[in-house]
Amino acid sequence: MKVPRHPMATQEPLERIRNFAEVALGYSPEFALEEAQRCLQCANPPCVKGCPVGIDIPAFVQLIRQGDFTGSLAKIKETNTLPAICGRVCPQEEQCEVVCVLGKKYQPVAIGRLERFVADWERHAGLSSTPQLGAPTGHKVAIVGSGPAGLACAAELARFGHKVTIFEALHKPGGVLVYGIPQFRLPKEIVTFEIDNLSSMGVEMRTDFVIGKTATVHELMNGHGYDAVFLGTGAGLPYFLGIPGENYIGVLSANEFLTRVNLMKAYDFPRMDTPVRTGRRVAVVGSGNVAMDCLRVAKRLGADEVICVYRRTRNESPARREELEHAEEEAIDFRWLSAPVAILGNNEGFVTGLRIQKMELGEPDASGRRRPVPIEGSEYEIPIDTIVIAIGQGPNPLATKSTPGLELNRHGNIVVDEATMMTSIAGVFAGGDIVTGAATVILAMGAGKQAALGIHAWLGRLARGEVAKPELAPAGA
Amino acid sequence: MFKVLSREEIAPKFHRFVVAAPEIARKHRPGQFVMVLPGGTGERIPLTIAASDAEAGTITLVVQEVGKTTMAMALMSAGEGFLSVVGPLGTPTHIEKFGTVVCVGGGAGIAPMLPIAGGMRKAGNRVLSILGGRTHDLVILRPEMEAVSDEIVYTTDDGSFGRKGLVTHALADLIAAKGKPNLVVAIGPAIMMKAVAELTRPLAIPTLASLNSIMVDGTGMCGACRISVDGKTKFVCVDGPEFNAHQVDFDLLIKRLRMYLPEEQTARERFLADHECRAVAGVARG
Repeated sequence: MKVPRHPMATQEPLERIRNFAEVALGYSPEFALEEAQRCLQCANPPCVKGCPVGIDIPAFVQLIRQGDFTGSLAKIKETNTLPAICGRVCPQEEQCEVVCVLGKKYQPVAIGRLERFVADWERHAGLSSTPQLGAPTGHKVAIVGSGPAGLACAAELARFGHKVTIFEALHKPGGVLVYGIPQFRLPKEIVTFEIDNLSSMGVEMRTDFVIGKTATVHELMNGHGYDAVFLGTGAGLPYFLGIPGENYIGVLSANEFLTRVNLMKAYDFPRMDTPVRTGRRVAVVGSGNVAMDCLRVAKRLGADEVICVYRRTRNESPARREELEHAEEEAIDFRWLSAPVAILGNNEGFVTGLRIQKMELGEPDASGRRRPVPIEGSEYEIPIDTIVIAIGQGPNPLATKSTPGLELNRHGNIVVDEATMMTSIAGVFAGGDIVTGAATVILAMGAGKQAALGIHAWLGRLARGEVAKPELAPAGA
Repeated sequence: MFKVLSREEIAPKFHRFVVAAPEIARKHRPGQFVMVLPGGTGERIPLTIAASDAEAGTITLVVQEVGKTTMAMALMSAGEGFLSVVGPLGTPTHIEKFGTVVCVGGGAGIAPMLPIAGGMRKAGNRVLSILGGRTHDLVILRPEMEAVSDEIVYTTDDGSFGRKGLVTHALADLIAAKGKPNLVVAIGPAIMMKAVAELTRPLAIPTLASLNSIMVDGTGMCGACRISVDGKTKFVCVDGPEFNAHQVDFDLLIKRLRMYLPEEQTARERFLADHECRAVAGVARG
């Protein structure tokens, strides 16, 4: 037990800022076995309760300890459809590892790294197995969005024997897993591998199909013949600050910046046709995971100065701790307690600088967090070439606004029954960021799975004639 | 893969593509566009839909060669395909019986005007069209526009066809001669649309402009296409592409269109160098 938590090999900072290759290199089998032995196999494991989807952590760790990596992965997959992804992007320090009993006196078991290890091991060994599929039910389900919520929902429904089609607006499936999270955190080969697994389960993927434009939810259920619809359209609406100068050239939303680099591979311009430009100095406003990704991408694109501007302190940063630490190692300039007041530009319309006001933490607000308060007379200006606004993403209205009768909350998120995940329209379900607002991959996945159970139950009732598909009115007829 | 059924050069550097896209054809309404990604290393570009045939399951795109992507598209043959065609995107033109509608199309803007003029005609409007181009050959789609216009006037910068001058000159003359129309729709280079808006503003003639911003996704998720309308930020891809021309900050649009000029130039030069090499195959190049 006095064996310390095994470190994860990483690329050295000075080297890794010049490439987009993965930073965290993974455990060797020896490290994994040794780390698994640190687990106390608690009778009443708090880690299981800490996990948003309740993975049986002691069980999968025990199987690693016994050298049964395949069995370990199967155990994880009973609950978590995408372990190679979650092992990399889950904020374990807030979920399973923070409540680990070993962590009370020593360092917690590296649960996330172990999860990642078995998933990678299987993939590298070429051992993926298609799970047992139920007999075909004859029901068709449309999944809108191929991000983590949609992928998890699809996998579960396919297992029940339903015929699933995923509709994706972009030309590559994966949602935020491909356009949002950079290669150096989540290699795209992993996403491709998981999606190929879905194909082998009979799930149909239709890219370049925008629900709300190419077809509406109404048309999916009447006309295209789907018996149920799951909306997993995510948080695809960029928020801007509303400060002066935000439309100068060189001010980008985080979504635009990351989509150019991650999805369209603009770091490889001119071999790839989509450009992105940072100039020498980049400021990123915000300090969540998306902001960390933007900062580290800007560094890798060759910007000399990369600055994080955040109005609260490091303690309040919602980013996964490992991303924050990796960003700090990559010599990014963190300006805590700094709020952007105005964006400066020249006559040609290009960004030239950012005016910042210093903040201090005042009285707690309604959420209990100390509210940032401007310090009078503390404004100063810095020269900047590119500003990335990473203050959050909201619900994209294309699917919701084209579905009459769909109840939304005041932010535009879809309201659902917490148990069944069904919306105000019978047979239409939703989960993930489109319901909760921008959150984590694992929560989206958990919601997708839960919705699949709700959909399966509803389809059963449909088959028995207990419920009927709604006659939806077409939008804007 | 979205198959190109035909590609025809209808004017110098203007190509008409007929593309197999049944779902888009079925849903297309005037004023809407598609995002096209030609191939794996390509970029996504917005192209307005010039026509659609729901029965045949095809859409028609008119593409002007301006940079690398469109120049590469110009070399495509029937039977090849685009990796991705997404749509129909954008808010459709609001069409109703206004009375008299003047359609002002400049250069490449004539293609998106075609379905709008057709829609306005079908709704019972009297459609007066003014089409302009730099020179005779570049006033495109004349027979198609004549078929949907009650009257049509042509202008060319060099006077080689129709009346010498700008579309705004012809518009001013038309208003003087026939009185104020109920609506003006202007599509063309930003500077042209700005000039039309300035002409109709003091006359209080409702005027729509269809904007041509840089776009990446086309579905409202990135904000690359944002412009200022009545002092508020709007996304051309979802709130537009049409807006009240008197409220659009055209100067901002013109500036924002310049964002990637250096990169566009690099891409163009590389493309031309590549193709020049092939064109003079057999000659050693240093």
